[in-house]
Amino acid sequence: MGYFEIIISTIFVNNILLAQFLGNCPFLGTSKKMETAVGMSMAVIFVLVLAGIITWILYAFILASAGLVYLRTIAFILVIASLVQFVEMFLKKSIPALYAGLGIFLPLITTNCAVMGACVLNIDQELTFMQALVASFGYAVGFGIALILFAGVRERIMLARVPQPLRDTSIGLVTAGIISLTFFAFKGMV
Amino acid sequence: MAKTFTQEFVKGLWEEIPPFRLVLGLCPVLGVTTTMENGIGMGLATTFVLLCSNILVASLRNIIPPKVRIACFIIIIATFGIVVELLMQAYTYPLFLKLGVFIPLIVVNCIVLGRAEAFAYKNGILPSIADGLGIGIGFTLSLAALGGLREIIGPGTFYGASVFGPSFEPFTFMVQAPGAFVGLGLMLCIMNLAGSK
Repeated sequence: MGYFEIIISTIFVNNILLAQFLGNCPFLGTSKKMETAVGMSMAVIFVLVLAGIITWILYAFILASAGLVYLRTIAFILVIASLVQFVEMFLKKSIPALYAGLGIFLPLITTNCAVMGACVLNIDQELTFMQALVASFGYAVGFGIALILFAGVRERIMLARVPQPLRDTSIGLVTAGIISLTFFAFKGMV
Repeated sequence: MAKTFTQEFVKGLWEEIPPFRLVLGLCPVLGVTTTMENGIGMGLATTFVLLCSNILVASLRNIIPPKVRIACFIIIIATFGIVVELLMQAYTYPLFLKLGVFIPLIVVNCIVLGRAEAFAYKNGILPSIADGLGIGIGFTLSLAALGGLREIIGPGTFYGASVFGPSFEPFTFMVQAPGAFVGLGLMLCIMNLAGSK
C-alpha cells in the first residue's frame, strides 16, 4: 500500500472513532465544547504519532527478536503511560504555552484506547516503519476530524429542545451514528 | 459503608450497571456487539479481568503507595489482560479472531481502571469480589442485550438461529458502525425512561 492510500484509509475509510470504535470515552466526554475538542485532538495527534513510532520500534527490535511477543499488551501500555508522563514534563518545561493549551487532556490519553488500539493495529497489519508512522498520523488526524465535527454538531444540539430521556449521552450517541453514516460514503475508496 | 456482599453485587446489575449508569468503557460495547455471542464472550473476558484485578488491588491496597497507584493498577490489569488473551487464544480461537483488537484493549477499558481506583483501593477483598462480579455481570448483560438487539434486527438471527424465517431481508445498517451508535443511544434512552419512574 502506498502512503497516500494509507492516509486516506486511516483518516476516512477506517476512521478510528467512527468505523473502528476506538477512543469513544474521550469522544463523548470532551465533545461538549469546541475548545476541549480541539485540545483533545491536538494532544492525541501529538501522543499517537510518538507512541506509534516507539511501540513499533519496541516490538520489532526488542519483543519480536527476544521472543517475548506475548508481553505486547503490558509493554505497550507501559510505554504509552510513561510517554504521556514524559511528554507532559517536557512540555511543561520547554513549551508552557502548548502545555497550558493541552491541559488536562494529556494525562487522560493514557487510557484512551485509540492510542493503544492504533499501536496494536499497526503491528497486527504488519506495516513497515514508515507505513506505521504514516498510519499513526492518519489515525490521529481522523480522530481529530471526527471529534471536532462531532463537537460542532453537539454545540448546536445544546440549544435544541431534546426530550428528557434522550438528553446528553443518548442523543450524542444517535448523532454519532448519523455522522458515522456519512463516513460510509468513503467506503470502498481504498 | 456496611453493605452486605449481596448489596454490592446487586448494585452492579441495576444501580450502577455499565455502560448505562456508568458511561465508561464504550469502545468494546460498540465494537464487538454485532452478535450476541461476541457480546457475551467480550463481557465474560472483561468480567474475568475485572474480578482478578479487583481482588489483587484490594489485597495489595495497604502496600501500594498512593502516588504511584495508577501505574500499579495498570500493571496489574495488563497482567490479567495478557492472561485472558492467551487463554482465549488457546481455548476459544474463533471468538478470539472475531474480537480481534478489542481483547488487548480490555487493559485500557475505563471500567476496569475505574473500579480499581474507585472501589477496590478503598475496600476489603470480599466487597471487591462482589463489586467485580456485579459490575462484570452487569456489563456482560448489557453487551448481550445490545448484541442480541443488533443481531435480531440486523441479520435476523438469535444466537445463530433464524428468527424471522428465510424471507427476511437483512438490515445491514444495524450490523455496521452507525447501527451500534444509534442502538446504544436508544437503549440508553430506554434505560433513562425506566429509571426516571
